[in-house]
Amino acid sequence: MARINDVGGMQGFGAVDTTDDTEPFHADWEARVVGLFNALRAQGLFNTNEFRDAIESIPPARYLTTSYYERWFIAICALLERKGVLAPGELDGAVGAVGPDGLARPGGSAGLGQPGGPDA
Amino acid sequence: MSGDHHDDALISRRVRRLETLLEEKGVLSGGALDEVIDAFLSGASPANGARVVARAWTDPAFRSRLLADGTAAVRELGFMDGSYQRLRVVENTETLHNVIVCTLCSCYPLRLLGPSPSWYKSESYRSRVVREPRAVLAEFGLGLPADTEISVWDSSAETRYMVLPRRPAGTESLDETELAALVTRNALIGTAAV
Repeated sequence: MARINDVGGMQGFGAVDTTDDTEPFHADWEARVVGLFNALRAQGLFNTNEFRDAIESIPPARYLTTSYYERWFIAICALLERKGVLAPGELDGAVGAVGPDGLARPGGSAGLGQPGGPDA
Repeated sequence: MSGDHHDDALISRRVRRLETLLEEKGVLSGGALDEVIDAFLSGASPANGARVVARAWTDPAFRSRLLADGTAAVRELGFMDGSYQRLRVVENTETLHNVIVCTLCSCYPLRLLGPSPSWYKSESYRSRVVREPRAVLAEFGLGLPADTEISVWDSSAETRYMVLPRRPAGTESLDETELAALVTRNALIGTAAV
């Protein structure tokens, strides 16, 4: 079954914003996320295919409402939990619960949506 | 792009906290990220792709090698990177225009084209350019004759594409460096002509 990232041919996304942004990052955190990805991959914590799979596994409602590098961050957190580097919810606990529009889920996972959670 | 200022501040705080957690656990050392961020972007520029194009315009033997085996040809100039296996260069002609996309996400020959623009990673571009390329190209201001065929190339983890634009008329007297200066990133993607 196609996953939500497989958007080729879908309709309804509207006109392309052709603004020619030449800056690779639009906020410092985006660069830090790319740094995290490269550093953790270089250590062998995950490989590129696992990372892609983690992005493609983001539940559709969340995928469509997050920005490109937010998805990277969600995928990194999910892989760190899967590999046992982060305990489930550890990042949320460290940052503190945030509202429903944030990435944190009160008492939930820092990574992919959990069955029965807000994304299900 | 990401939403409002509040969202940005929130995710920024979470990214910083993750960095700290990973340092506390000994998974990351302090300063490690700065090095890899620099390495990620170093040497990635559309000037590299432009050099490849200018060489192809001025050296017919190189052009033949480039179209036959893009991977080997750009390696001659030192521009192949290790994140994918194959580069295929697709040539625009009087009757054919090429444009590249990654419908699944964002695959792209970074070293040759520089950091990808936000629109390349957008759902709008990814979904529509394979379905209605002529309309999408018009949104970029590129109007093509009705009888020009359009080929859309969908990138993958293994294979990336670069467009070889048509050399503009009246450029016979320009040297390779001057020609390279005419070639934009969007021309290498196919959303502009030279």
